[in-house]
Amino acid sequence: MTLMEKMVATDQPLLKVEGLTKRYGPRIGCLDVSFDLYPGEVLGIVGESGSGKSTLLSCLAGHQRADLGRIAYDGRDLLAMSETERRRLGRTDWAYVHQNPRDGLRMGVSAGGNVGERLMAVGARHYGEIRGKAADWLGRVEIAGDRIDDRPSAFSGGMQQRLQIARNLVTSPRLVFMDEPTGGLDVSVQARLLDLLRGLVRDMGLSVIIVTHDLAVVRLLAHRLMVMKDGRVVEQGLTDQVLDDPQHAYTQLLVSSVLQV
Amino acid sequence: MIRIESLSKSFTLHNQGSTVIPVMAGAALTVNPGECIGLTGQSGAGKSTLMRMVWGNYLAAEGSILVGETDVATAAPRQIIALRRDTLGYVSQFLRVVPRVPTLDVVAEPLLALGTPAPQARDRAADLLQRLNIPERLWSLSPTTFSGGEQQRVNIARGFAHAYPALLLDEPTASLDAANREVVLTLIEEAKARGAAILGIFHDEGARGRVCDRLVDVTGFTPKAAA
Repeated sequence: MTLMEKMVATDQPLLKVEGLTKRYGPRIGCLDVSFDLYPGEVLGIVGESGSGKSTLLSCLAGHQRADLGRIAYDGRDLLAMSETERRRLGRTDWAYVHQNPRDGLRMGVSAGGNVGERLMAVGARHYGEIRGKAADWLGRVEIAGDRIDDRPSAFSGGMQQRLQIARNLVTSPRLVFMDEPTGGLDVSVQARLLDLLRGLVRDMGLSVIIVTHDLAVVRLLAHRLMVMKDGRVVEQGLTDQVLDDPQHAYTQLLVSSVLQV
Repeated sequence: MIRIESLSKSFTLHNQGSTVIPVMAGAALTVNPGECIGLTGQSGAGKSTLMRMVWGNYLAAEGSILVGETDVATAAPRQIIALRRDTLGYVSQFLRVVPRVPTLDVVAEPLLALGTPAPQARDRAADLLQRLNIPERLWSLSPTTFSGGEQQRVNIARGFAHAYPALLLDEPTASLDAANREVVLTLIEEAKARGAAILGIFHDEGARGRVCDRLVDVTGFTPKAAA
């Protein structure tokens, strides 16, 4: 591949979303959402509860079927894809970090097993290597090595969330969906996770879509920001521009409502 | 390297009766490679507003802000992200970092983002921290716990880690002692010597006199009050 071809190749969005709409009967889930996400980019989605940000995320990840619109992943039409193909993509290319760690973990399987299982799903077979890699990832999310054989049901909520993140990132996905991932965490652990995620984005070219209501988290993590209200995107742009010079009335209210620490 | 033409800006406060406050009109200036331009004007005259518009976190209403080939006033977020990674550096007055990250890594980060191998990036960071008199025993700690002056020096080290062709400096010598002020002024002179175009705000008149080639009074860019 010549340098020019490489430049053209990296200039293609990993995810291209056009006019995505989801209704629940007469109620709007999300309406006419469009954006591009490039490799190595972190997109933050903020908005109050019920603004449609979680609906949008689950439509993007294929957990719900959108009524209208188009989603292209790496040039492939997601909505036209068979269920089998989409599931394979979910295993090899994507990761989804749920708000509630119980939705993303297998509670009856050990911590090490939760991480190792994902490796086996993409073909890892050597027990020692799987356990070694699982131990490495538990360390990265600050779970002590002697807890590797404990079940997540014996963990605190914050530890469960860290375990879920390790389970999701161990297979080096290209695209990670995160729904309020730092919500239940101690601020000190939250900081460690932010640093970890930034490093992965930088070194692995990871793309991330993160839904949160925490503006401090998006300022440190997201390159771009989308603000949602009543199912619609009311403003999007560079993260510090949206936060420092918000244009829409709702964004101005949101930004001015944050308590200073 | 930096060329601003007929730039204007206003704020619309939607939650305060949709008040529109025009803050800048007809702003124009040029910064050539190897040159340092100082912005002057009273507090509230718009020095920081102009700097933020060049950095891209304030939107321009009209006009253009060329930094190299990129017009920040109209560029897509993605282009501004690339510009900030490769071309445009910014030493702000506030250090905004992920808590718990060691100072050495905070300073090395701009180089790591450019793909510089970690040992090389950390060497450069160590060199700058040394020059700026941050004791080595603090390098493994997060700068969030440092004093104001130390945080400022970490911010400066970070801003000078990569040899950006264009640099924005917001009061880089405020709250520094004489020895550290001297180090910062030397860093600025070295950046100019390698051809960097620098736009700065300096309340320190001695510093201004020493590093600035020209001064631009932003009072001239204040919109005329509507009749």
